[in-house]
Amino acid sequence: MKQLRNLFISLAMSLILSGTAFAESVGPELKINRANGDECVLPADEMRKDHMKHLDHQRDETMHNGVRTKKFSLKECINCHANKDEKGKYIPVNAPGEFCQSCHTYTSVKLDCFECHATKPRDTAFHPIVTDRMKAFAEQHDAPKTKTMLGDIAAKGGAK
Amino acid sequence: MSDQKIDQYRREFLGKTSAAAATGAIAPGVMLMSVGQAQARPLDEAVSSANRWGLLIDSNKCADGCSDCVKACESENAWGSGSSDEQKSDAAQKAQWIRTVTLKNKLTEKEHQLPMMCQHCEHPPCVDVCPTGASFKRADGIVLVDKHICIGCRYCMMACPYKARSFIHEELNDQAPDVPRGKGTVESCTLCVHKIDRGDGSTACADACQHKAIIFGDLNDPNSEIAQEMKKHATTQIRADLNLNTGVRYRGI
Repeated sequence: MKQLRNLFISLAMSLILSGTAFAESVGPELKINRANGDECVLPADEMRKDHMKHLDHQRDETMHNGVRTKKFSLKECINCHANKDEKGKYIPVNAPGEFCQSCHTYTSVKLDCFECHATKPRDTAFHPIVTDRMKAFAEQHDAPKTKTMLGDIAAKGGAK
Repeated sequence: MSDQKIDQYRREFLGKTSAAAATGAIAPGVMLMSVGQAQARPLDEAVSSANRWGLLIDSNKCADGCSDCVKACESENAWGSGSSDEQKSDAAQKAQWIRTVTLKNKLTEKEHQLPMMCQHCEHPPCVDVCPTGASFKRADGIVLVDKHICIGCRYCMMACPYKARSFIHEELNDQAPDVPRGKGTVESCTLCVHKIDRGDGSTACADACQHKAIIFGDLNDPNSEIAQEMKKHATTQIRADLNLNTGVRYRGI
């Protein structure tokens, strides 16, 4: 049964991959938040094919050995791929039409991760990084406006 | 084998040999160990048995009626009042990672309370009975449930002498990103493993205790506060008769 499922997954994936060759016409259009950068940790075609391989490996390393590197961490996937609605609230990544769910619906592969894992960054997760005082200090001292993660967060007003 | 793998083995080998070199014998039976290994483990390095994390709880300092540690655990790990989930479960079914227990001396009628949670045993009965290997002990002494493997049979809940574990009966949606929890699996105190791995050097309960009744630290490091305190004062393990060598020790009971 599992082999059959894997066959279906690989078939579906190869469908997507071959789809990229003729003008991205196959597969759902993904909602990708470009504010966090244009590149994933690996090229997109590799991620489409192998994301579970990396996540599974990382999962065992983290769970049993306490290795918490960020590259293939599910939490970091969600930090980057969770979108916000008009009110600035995070939308779960497994909601219809969102990053994870849209592709998994298209390929009919059930998403199990989010029975346990959080589907969005915690709203307070950013607050200790940039405080209002730090923002005021940066403005006062005319800090260089380079594109940094802290700068992004400050610009979005994620700090409280 | 990729270069990266070779580097990893090489690093492990070098790490071991340098650790061995740093251990010098002063006299027979007296060893000089390099200390400070407790701090700042690199993100990509696996945990090791050089550390053994534990708690020392002084029940004399624990104030009656106070539940700051429980509330801090709830909000850190998003269970109980720290989460909007588990509305359908009744009180006996709901998650309970840490609770306060009131003890009464029948002779003097003196009552006092203490926090009770997973004791992070060296020889954990929950790990012994687990049929799938989901219940396991990490190299640094933290007892955890790998929920990817847990089938929810709840043998571990029956085996635990401390009633430290609970089972999730319903679907959850409001988990903390660092603390995955889900229906059909067993869970218990993780000793704030995500905080330890981050290098915070503390747990939510120890941080929250304003009476300084909870000390977190490395039992293997003779210079840590917890080891120093345990050297100075008499401490007890709950159900010491079971020879589990708990990582959570108590004073004043």
